[in-house]
Amino acid sequence: KELNLFWFVHCVVPKRNKRVCSGHCWSVCLSVAGCYINKMYYLMPDDSTNCFVYIFTFLNRQDLLKWNGWGYSDSKFIFNKKGQAEFTGKRYRLSGMVLPALREWFEKTFGASLEHKTPPRSALNTSDIPAPILNEDFLDDLKATKIPFSHEIEDRIFRAHGHCLHEIFALREGKFERVPDMVVWPNSHSEVEKIVNLACKHNVCVIPFGGGTSVSSALECPPDEKRSIVSLDTSQMNRILWIDEKNLTAHVEAGIIGQDLERLLNVSGYCTGHEPDSMEFSTLGGWVATRASGMKKNIYGNIEDLVVHIRMVTPRGVIEKSCQGPRMSTGPDVHHFIMGSEGTLGVVTEVTIKIRPVPEYQKYEVAKQRCAPASIRLMDNAQFQFGHALKPQVASIFTSFLDGLKKFYITKFKGFDPNQLCVATLLFEGDREKVLQHEKQVYDIAAKFGGLAAGEDNGQRGYMLTFVIAYLRDLGMDFYVIGESFETSVPWDRVLDLCRNVKERIVRECKERGVQFPPLSTCRVTQTYDAGACVYFYFAFNYRGIADPIHVYEQIESAAREEILANGGSLSHHHGVGKLRKRWLQEAISDVGIGMLKSVKQYVDPNNIFGNRNLL
Amino acid sequence: MGLQEPLLIGRDDSDDVLEKRRISSDLRFALKTYSPVIYKSASPCTSSMLKSIVLGSNHMNHVICQLSDEWGEPAETFRKKATMILEEMADNLHLSAIRLLAFILSKVFKRVFRRIRVNTEGIERLKKALSDNPVVLLPNHRSYMDFLILSFVFYTYDLNIPVIAARGLLEIKILSTILRRSGAFYIRREIGTNKLYWAVLSEYVKTMLRMGYAPIEFYVEGARSRSFKSLLPKLGLLNIVTDAFLKKEVADVTLVPISITYERPVDETLHAHDLLGLPKIKESMWALFKARKILGQDFGTSSIHLGEPVSLKALVQGDVNLSQYNLDHRYCNLPSQEIKAFLHHTGCRMIHLQEENMVISPFVLVATILMQKLICSISLHRNIVKIDNGKTMLVQEQQADSSTDKHLMQYAVTVLTCSMYRNQILHIFVRPALAAMALSFTNKTQKEEIFICYSFLQDLFSSEFVFLPGNAKQDFEEACHRLSEWGAVQISKQNIELTETGPLVIFFILSIFQPSSFLIFRYHNDGHSFLLMFWLILYLIIVWLLIKEKETIKGPESSRLISSKNRTLIKRRVK
Repeated sequence: KELNLFWFVHCVVPKRNKRVCSGHCWSVCLSVAGCYINKMYYLMPDDSTNCFVYIFTFLNRQDLLKWNGWGYSDSKFIFNKKGQAEFTGKRYRLSGMVLPALREWFEKTFGASLEHKTPPRSALNTSDIPAPILNEDFLDDLKATKIPFSHEIEDRIFRAHGHCLHEIFALREGKFERVPDMVVWPNSHSEVEKIVNLACKHNVCVIPFGGGTSVSSALECPPDEKRSIVSLDTSQMNRILWIDEKNLTAHVEAGIIGQDLERLLNVSGYCTGHEPDSMEFSTLGGWVATRASGMKKNIYGNIEDLVVHIRMVTPRGVIEKSCQGPRMSTGPDVHHFIMGSEGTLGVVTEVTIKIRPVPEYQKYEVAKQRCAPASIRLMDNAQFQFGHALKPQVASIFTSFLDGLKKFYITKFKGFDPNQLCVATLLFEGDREKVLQHEKQVYDIAAKFGGLAAGEDNGQRGYMLTFVIAYLRDLGMDFYVIGESFETSVPWDRVLDLCRNVKERIVRECKERGVQFPPLSTCRVTQTYDAGACVYFYFAFNYRGIADPIHVYEQIESAAREEILANGGSLSHHHGVGKLRKRWLQEAISDVGIGMLKSVKQYVDPNNIFGNRNLL
Repeated sequence: MGLQEPLLIGRDDSDDVLEKRRISSDLRFALKTYSPVIYKSASPCTSSMLKSIVLGSNHMNHVICQLSDEWGEPAETFRKKATMILEEMADNLHLSAIRLLAFILSKVFKRVFRRIRVNTEGIERLKKALSDNPVVLLPNHRSYMDFLILSFVFYTYDLNIPVIAARGLLEIKILSTILRRSGAFYIRREIGTNKLYWAVLSEYVKTMLRMGYAPIEFYVEGARSRSFKSLLPKLGLLNIVTDAFLKKEVADVTLVPISITYERPVDETLHAHDLLGLPKIKESMWALFKARKILGQDFGTSSIHLGEPVSLKALVQGDVNLSQYNLDHRYCNLPSQEIKAFLHHTGCRMIHLQEENMVISPFVLVATILMQKLICSISLHRNIVKIDNGKTMLVQEQQADSSTDKHLMQYAVTVLTCSMYRNQILHIFVRPALAAMALSFTNKTQKEEIFICYSFLQDLFSSEFVFLPGNAKQDFEEACHRLSEWGAVQISKQNIELTETGPLVIFFILSIFQPSSFLIFRYHNDGHSFLLMFWLILYLIIVWLLIKEKETIKGPESSRLISSKNRTLIKRRVK
């Protein structure tokens, strides 16, 4: 083991350093290598004259990440011995802090109690996992390519799901009907080509896997798939191949994780500005394949505005444009066949993406009025209270006194009712002067409508909610509370009606389906466009007394989706269709639209090699 | 539908509102603590706030801009016009006025009515519905009293006092002000033609729905039915309400059909006069004052049945493609054919639900028989028996010939009044009657052929009686079933055959539908061969037509009773 570690450090890391010059990789690799060296998949190259011994240690994310919940294994919400909520780990601003208000909020909102626990099983029940269906010919050919692969149960199960409620629930106490039969880790575009060719040759089903953060059942294996299912994990294709400072573009392998991409670019003084909520774990290729949207899209744009060039391996061959012109009139844009294809046509391997110099100045603010800074989020009252429940304990008496004073000023002097108040969090970005100028404009508007600036601290807390919300779901699931978020986009004139009607529908459906406690049904506007907005709903309820909570949950969610569609909302703003929302797609894009997609699929992938059965 | 033991419904567990009134103080009643159930997501709002919301709404701005472009006049003039329209239209709901009215009505009702019956479970259902969703109340319209009696009941049971769409009455300043303060809002007839008017009205109604201001009450039939026969639905307000839902300004709307039946309507003779074509008495303070004499009369029991609430959302499900609303401009007002059909369907359905719960008083049955006896026997002995306001009695003295005109008139009024009462039962017999007629017409036994004839007849009478569109097959089945229950026919799989007693039953049913006229009666007496039956129908239609046309001169209600389509049909048949 010692030897392996030695080799790992010497062989793999320097190779990376050459390309990206990042200190970050070191730390990650070391921690992984240090702790999990027992998980190694190695292949001895034929070329033994080469003194290099390739030892492939894969970033087995299941070791760093939770296998049955969201995010890092070391970060989670717990109730400590005193019964106070606490966020463990060191990774977040909230980490290691005590959150005194959370418990009360939790108990009050859901009617939950710390006595009624639903702990998950401690380890996977390996006998529940179906035995792999292996295609021996494919396996033989694959071995010849020396591309690493595995059929370990942990590897397969980790890539069998996204983060839909029912998937996490299945991990905690249920089981999967079908999981991938093996996992491959190609290291480059050409290796992907090899795998896809072999898959075509031996009729094997390939499901591309990026960050595994899907919330549309896109990663679920079709239960009736009789062929061998290969999960193609892109995590090893995580290099920035070049940065072009003249054109302000970067050519990046598609398996790179959002936060890594941002951090590596920052080293050179750049950023992409693309920050979806899942950016800690989701990959560039995943963004492209699902038409992702980032929170700061007002300045940087959504993924479709950011990509300049895409390279994708399909069963028919490689599709890419012949140049990097910023705009082309060459018939319908072929990029749009790729973006949103959700892994049904091929694997995105390399992307050229626009970059920008890192902004000089960032400021998070809370106000009560809309405008168009880098990011703007408008929360309803329930969410404001939710955010407030996550306020950490303050250390000194003086700060707590100050807080009390502030609260008094706002509620008593200014006359805001904490049960009606709503907040907008704004993120300004740019050079200092511009930010301040912009800020002033917004405040003027806010003042006109009786709004109040609530300060940067509150603003940051608003954004923090985004990153920790998924951890909170895991906490809820320990105490009979299940929940999920879903989104839509809707024209401005319908935003209010939609929010009200959908929230109300959720409450009503819960009641009708025998949910004993009133649910949490809240929403916020997270993106603004000229012609409309993206609305995000959080929905959670206490399922004590319900026999089949997941079924009830799914019924309510689909009722909510029906309501969204009836209110003029779209099927999805950025989560995608997957298999979860497939049944509405025809209605959403018309018969002809479906026919177009089908004919593209038919041409590109006639044998359904990329057989995850999303969309169609 | 409409045929299920109408006599029993509404009888059980009903409550007499007046009973309590008679034993306790009216003043205390008027001053009682009134805490109504309100819509759970209602935002508190006064009528003046409501007005300013309406005028400031995007919809109003949009229409005003459009109009000012169209006419080349500044937007300000239209805005002023809109304000004027709204001022004239809007209610001014005020609790003090309601208390005052409650006091007065309590006094009046106690004198005039013996009982006011309300079904208690209906109250409970409504209470629940009122808190869950914005509610639209759809009573039938037989009398001026309808909305007064309903508001009175609502006040008694602590239900949220509705705002009521009213027509006319604006001329009587004092009365209209009082009513306005107790929740009436006024609609003029230009509702359909004037764009601005329509915009103000629809925004006004929608805002009330959205804000959960109060339940909205209007008559689906659009006007008082002088003949006591349900009228075809008017779709204007229903369209606005549906539009608010389809455009998702409200999550759902609950429609509550309400059946109000009077043992003896306060304005029964008024109706008969109207039907005869006498000039309508103008609604004025003086007329109202003259009408005070009704206070001395006894009008028996009136029954209110609050029907099962119907969710508009459930009605729309599957019937309307919602995605069209996602693509149209929000303030585009033209309802599509699909929506029109849906509205008509919904309107008809609501009327059916009202009919279903109508209480049929014994006198209605008596009148039904009486009208036939009139034909067969009584009228033969007109010199001996006379019918006076529903009472068969001996004629005391032969009236002087000098006043034949007046006498004739009086007679006509009596007969018409009687037939009005009879009309209250028509909805039960109309389908079996048409089926029977079809049976006699075709003179065949095959079900299918009879059905073809039936659907022709139903189509022919579709503007005379309320039929659910597209439901002919089911109606026919039901009618046949009814007939066989009454022992008139025997139904096998393919065939329908008359039984021995059949002709008698059918004769009875058909004669219910005779208009009260001598001509027909004479022809009818001769028997009912096919040819004569044919003539009977023709006469029936023509005489009706004549009556209706007479009405057209003065009444709005009659003009649409026989549509032009039917007229041409009739003409063709005559030829």
